[in-house]
Amino acid sequence: MSAAVTFELDVLDDLLAALSERGHTLIGPTVRQGAVVYGEIGSAADLPRGVTDEQEPGRYRLGADGGAALFAHNVGPSSWKSHLFPPSLRLWSSRRDGQGELRVEEEPLDERRLAFIGVRACDLQAILVQDRTFLDGAHRDRDYEARRRGCFIVAVNCERSASTCFCVSMGTGPRAEAGFDVALTEIVDAGGHRFLAEPGSERGADLLGALSTRPADGADERAAEAATERAAAGQDRALDTDGIKELLYANLEHPRWDEVADRCLSCGNCTQVCPTCFCTTVDDVTDLTGSEAEHVRRWDSCFSLEHSYIHGGSVRASVRSRYRQWMTHKLATWIDQFGTSGCVGCGRCITWCPVGIDITEEAAAIRATDLREGLEHADA
Amino acid sequence: MCPAAEAVAGGLAPLPYRLTGKRQETADTWTLELEPARAERMAPFEPGQFAMLYAFGAGEAPISVGASDGASGRMVHTIRAVGAVTEALCATATGQEIGARGPFGAAWPLADAEGADVVVVAGGLGLPPVRPVLERVLAERERFGTLSLLYGGRSPDDLLYRDALEEWGARPDMDVEVTVDSAGADWRGRVGVVTTLIPRARFDPGRAVAMVVGPEVMMRFTVAALRERGVPAERIHVSLERSMKCAVGVCGHCMLGPEFVCKDGPVFPYTRVERWLGVPAL
Ligand SMILES: Cc1cc2nc3c(=O)[nH]c(=O)nc-3n(C[C@H](O)[C@H](O)[C@H](O)COP(=O)(O)OP(=O)(O)OC[C@H]3O[C@@H](n4cnc5c(N)ncnc54)[C@H](O)[C@@H]3O)c2cc1C
Ligand code: SF4
Ligand code: SF4
Ligand code: FES
Repeated sequence: MSAAVTFELDVLDDLLAALSERGHTLIGPTVRQGAVVYGEIGSAADLPRGVTDEQEPGRYRLGADGGAALFAHNVGPSSWKSHLFPPSLRLWSSRRDGQGELRVEEEPLDERRLAFIGVRACDLQAILVQDRTFLDGAHRDRDYEARRRGCFIVAVNCERSASTCFCVSMGTGPRAEAGFDVALTEIVDAGGHRFLAEPGSERGADLLGALSTRPADGADERAAEAATERAAAGQDRALDTDGIKELLYANLEHPRWDEVADRCLSCGNCTQVCPTCFCTTVDDVTDLTGSEAEHVRRWDSCFSLEHSYIHGGSVRASVRSRYRQWMTHKLATWIDQFGTSGCVGCGRCITWCPVGIDITEEAAAIRATDLREGLEHADA
Repeated sequence: MCPAAEAVAGGLAPLPYRLTGKRQETADTWTLELEPARAERMAPFEPGQFAMLYAFGAGEAPISVGASDGASGRMVHTIRAVGAVTEALCATATGQEIGARGPFGAAWPLADAEGADVVVVAGGLGLPPVRPVLERVLAERERFGTLSLLYGGRSPDDLLYRDALEEWGARPDMDVEVTVDSAGADWRGRVGVVTTLIPRARFDPGRAVAMVVGPEVMMRFTVAALRERGVPAERIHVSLERSMKCAVGVCGHCMLGPEFVCKDGPVFPYTRVERWLGVPAL
């Protein structure tokens, strides 16, 4: 693989055009209804030029102080997950004739090849985390696999952090290290508006080779490095992951769960915005004649009562038990299940929680009053 | 220890199975016999594994396999109608087709039980999932030590497989004890919870392997009674129930701590899940 190259702003359109020519449908950040979301884009003109986002627990607002930069925002309410693992997907349909014969037809696979433009380091890690769920087990999810296989990833390194970001402490960002085809760092300075581009795969190198670029010089490299360092330095939120699995396993009956349950609305926003949450349920619907039926999978949330319902009642009937399920899954049981944390530090659940519940704060509260250490710190 | 679920090739679509026979067991429970409706069929099931059965238009439910015949693909399930899917399954008429996919989950540790005294404790609807264990042990009787079935139901009217119970009870090479929680004057059998059968059941705790299935409270008390009797905890196995939508570890519904009950279980060595079962509402 070749070394980093630099290209000017207008070459970004050539990059997008080359991906389109190679048969990819482009998905990138666009502004919709007051938020940066990932949708289909045609060219660089569709990117959110100058748009920034201000994020706080329970609060998200767009700003316009990004100057000429196209990627001055951080992560919004949507994630790439929607495109690899759609919120609603028909898995199969069936028909039953007058004789009672059942015919089942599997849903055809989505043949589109997607290209993701502007994947942040945390979200790239989230994709790798979901790969383990859908591709690495005994069961491989055919739909996810089809979408994922064709997907081309253009990562963008962050040059600023939102107040809710904590990727540094999770070891997932702000710089994309692996898993991309091309990684870009946007540089806007006296030297002009340009991108430092690093290939991460054969096809990434191939694509860059087809564009008008020059070898990155020392100034480009220093500027790119300074950008990601700025993003890292700007992060004051952190989650201490040291021994986190054992910590949470030992504190399943911690009083903090009652405390957070008093605030949590059990709305499920956090699971909807999380780029790694994978729970789904299925709906079975019949047409008006009653001879055709569909089996539709849709995103679900462990915050709903139905999620754990078995005959006789829900296993997790209290909000306390549901918040505990969500947080311990993200930070602890995920490690046993998939060999990785289920949290990548993107901060979305903090921003989009209507009451501003903060996973880093909840984890810290439990650590500060770890039941294994007796009750001496209980009122810390 | 327990064989893990076979890898399933991608798809989640069920295969058509025809209902060939149907028998009402109790007021709300039916036993259904199925056979593959077309050439394609599920792989053979190991005792303890389960299938996802699909009632047209109503949806899927995880259902244990009461019997399965590898050669013909014939399956037997016993289903209690408690909601939309199980009601629709039980209402299926003979000759009609339903959908089925599987096999899923970990099986009972029959290989480990060879040479051991086999103690099967079932509560209520727990009898179907252990029936293939009993059949297997009876078919290969010389490979195992004593065989005990301790079965508890709510009332005499709730007992399943009456004929089989009588037949098994008459065998000299099997010990069958049945009890009910409550009964009218015409019941001549035992009254009391299933755990009361454990102290006097005929097996050697030092060489026993126990398989326990039923409501979670029943399993907790049963495991305690088995340990009290001297059965080592690591030789006690339980089969758990959780909500299941996919059966292959991707829908998140069946989690118990780090375990996916659908693919890591439903049969677990008790010691593996004891820690999680001890936390209410986990
Ligand atoms: C491994 C395994 C093996 C099993 N084997 C058998 C067997 O051999 N025989 C047998 O009879 N059963 C068996 N069961 C239990 C059986 O799967 C359930 O009884 C069945 O899934 C119930 O589905 P249903 O649609 O009929 O009923 P419901 O319980 O009504 O429907 C289930 C779903 O409906 C929703 N729901 C319904 N009511 C409510 C409510 N009040 N609040 C919230 N949500 C609600 C939930 O989404 C729930 O998942 C087994 C279960 C497991 C896990
Ligand atoms: S748990 Fe929160 S911070 Fe972690 S990946 Fe999910 S949404 Fe992002
Ligand atoms: S933590 Fe916040 S976003 Fe998540 S369910 Fe509770 S109130 Fe909703
Ligand atoms: S039933 Fe879907 S993960 Fe176990």
